[in-house]
Amino acid sequence: MYPKQEVVAMLLAGGQGSRLGVLTQKLAKPAVPYGGKYRIIDFPLSNCVNSGIEAVGVLTQYQPLVLNEYIGSGQPWDLDSMNSGVRVLSPYQQVKGADWYSGTANAIYQNITYIDRYSPDYVVILSGDHIYKMDYSKMIAAHKENKADCTIAVIDVPLAEASRFGIMNTNPDGSIYEFEEKPAKPKSTNASMGIYVFSWDKLRKYLIEDEETEGSSHDFGKDVLPKMLADGQRMFAYQFQGYWKDVGTIDSLWESNMDLLDPNVPLDLTDESWKIYSKNPVVPPQYIAEGAEVQNSLIADGCSISGAVDFSVLFSNVVVKPGAVVQDSIIMPGSVIEEGAVVQYAIVSENTIIGKNAVIGARPETIVDKDQWGIAVIGDNLKIGAGAKIAPKAMISKDVEGVEE
Amino acid sequence: MRGNNIMGIIFANLHEDLISELTDVRITGAVPFGGKYRMIDFPLSNMVNSGINKVGVLTKSNYQSIMDHVGTGKAWDLSRKQGGLFILPPFTNTNEYSNRLTTLNSIMPFLKHSTEEYVVITDCDTVCNIDFQDVCSKHLENNADITVVYKRDQIPEKLHDPTVFSFDAKGQVIDVAINSDITGSCSFYMNIMFIKRELLIELVNKCISKNTLNFKRDIIQGEYKNLSIYGYEFNGFSPILTSMSDYFQANMALMKADVRADLFKSARPIYTKVRDDMPTKYGLGSKVTNSLIANGCTIEGEVENCVLFKGVHIGKNTKVSNCVIMQDTVIGADSSLSYVIVDKDVKVKDERTLMGFSSYPVYISKGSVV
Repeated sequence: MYPKQEVVAMLLAGGQGSRLGVLTQKLAKPAVPYGGKYRIIDFPLSNCVNSGIEAVGVLTQYQPLVLNEYIGSGQPWDLDSMNSGVRVLSPYQQVKGADWYSGTANAIYQNITYIDRYSPDYVVILSGDHIYKMDYSKMIAAHKENKADCTIAVIDVPLAEASRFGIMNTNPDGSIYEFEEKPAKPKSTNASMGIYVFSWDKLRKYLIEDEETEGSSHDFGKDVLPKMLADGQRMFAYQFQGYWKDVGTIDSLWESNMDLLDPNVPLDLTDESWKIYSKNPVVPPQYIAEGAEVQNSLIADGCSISGAVDFSVLFSNVVVKPGAVVQDSIIMPGSVIEEGAVVQYAIVSENTIIGKNAVIGARPETIVDKDQWGIAVIGDNLKIGAGAKIAPKAMISKDVEGVEE
Repeated sequence: MRGNNIMGIIFANLHEDLISELTDVRITGAVPFGGKYRMIDFPLSNMVNSGINKVGVLTKSNYQSIMDHVGTGKAWDLSRKQGGLFILPPFTNTNEYSNRLTTLNSIMPFLKHSTEEYVVITDCDTVCNIDFQDVCSKHLENNADITVVYKRDQIPEKLHDPTVFSFDAKGQVIDVAINSDITGSCSFYMNIMFIKRELLIELVNKCISKNTLNFKRDIIQGEYKNLSIYGYEFNGFSPILTSMSDYFQANMALMKADVRADLFKSARPIYTKVRDDMPTKYGLGSKVTNSLIANGCTIEGEVENCVLFKGVHIGKNTKVSNCVIMQDTVIGADSSLSYVIVDKDVKVKDERTLMGFSSYPVYISKGSVV
């Protein structure tokens, strides 16, 4: 018998994140490194713990090794309690056969047993591809106050961008009367954040119904939520204010990292009252050598910097050799920037070596045709040879030979 | 494969008097070092990296800081069902812990109930990365009863009871001089001993029964003629903290690449208690050179030849040079600090100037407001 948990969180972490290209070739999107020491999943997991949620199911499917290993016992997030904590829930074989998770709703449906063990009143559905700090307990309180069956977190987005999101049109009391998925002419600017609170008995019933519905894609946004609305269930929007960013594309991942360097962006990771927890590598402090120039940057322990670093985010154990320049870039753990190499507007994945005098990416002002410009991305465990040139917007997944000088 | 036939004993509080400023509020083992460590991290990590998974930590008194730091031993992988970390404060009165021998006598049940064949005994006043497996191999090769770890160097001026060894060609101890007037480079004891557990019990019992209670004089000096005691030379980076000046120099030595390579080996890392700090923020106009900096700092000013611990804040237009600044200390704007050791949680307000000298760094105590 498991002690009752008022709230169980379910984190959808099975997505491939194909728009991140080489960065998600070997790992699931929630495991992508962020902010000099974190992985994306640290944000929803830390939000859960800080909101007092003790039971978290993480649904994995695509390339789960790195993610499983990272979550481990859940100890870094204090989610290794005796009867609750974090559980990794992968697709499994049953008597009637084996199924992959065929949609977001189906993934939860296949884990009804896990949720039922805790007899929760509410279930929070989260995704693993956003950077934000949010107190879910306030959203749950609003859900209770509204006597809602489903509450959807929304954020105000600029009207010009609203057509990229799922838009919730609400009555003055906050109740939702209409969903519009990526509307050409949005009626409002309340974009869904992909965070839902459900009363468990209601959701349970709808998941079972949905599973039996012919032709359903078993997706929350496409099937379950529209069905609940059509049935006249009490559905409310919950307005979130604060920093929230989807990091599902190379550009948005880069921008969100750069946001950490901007004192005017409301994302403070030093806040003691809402810590973002992560697994900490065992490495010595960072060393900044004589002759190094470091400004406007975020640098993690284990780094050794002898070159110039400006407007960049460096993860643990990165080495920047003398004469190397790193600007407006993200360098993931263990990568080495050799002497004289210049890395600009780039993301370099883990354990890659950028050879001497290689040039990666370029500043936008140096490119005439703006369509040719973008963030250059170098995959993990690669060697970029000495003197090689990698164009802006390139996506490199193989070693690149050096150039004779 | 984990685990071997060796257990560890760490004296966490000896030599406190030598760095009394730093040990006013803590014991030797809890003295912060090198940006993110406490002194006990070195012996604990060395033991764990050598496959030892049972460690007893002896603390005479004031053990709050050390217990807070090591907790269950999780950070060193010592939170285990078999073996793990044992904190061994005195049972009734602290007199039992008045010296090494009586302390060992008072943990006799712990020693007797253990099943490991060998014991490594060490203090917390030396910063080093040593492989006890290698000490063990040499011990077995020599068929020794006791192996003492020594270094060849000038004896630090204030070292307690410096113990100097002479060896024969095979490395066996043939003479032991304690507190002699030897000058220049010599082979002196690092207070690290490798010994069979049962022999240790026997020797401690013998000394207690004869009331000869000096570990070095009555065990090492008293027995080297009866037992085969061998030396193991350690020649890696290994400063012993016998004064505030030593402490300062040892921190500054970390700016040397070869020292860092020797102390922070990736295959034998130094573990410490985790604090979830974000990476360090280098602000616009910050200037940092030749410094060792831990996560969680915010640097807006100038930093030169410094060790900054976790969560230190350096204000705008402030210059700190040749300083050791411990965790969560905040240095305001327009200030200047040179040759200063600043303890934890200190607030140095705007427009302050503090200056020491390389051989005599100024010390600012924990929690002060300047």
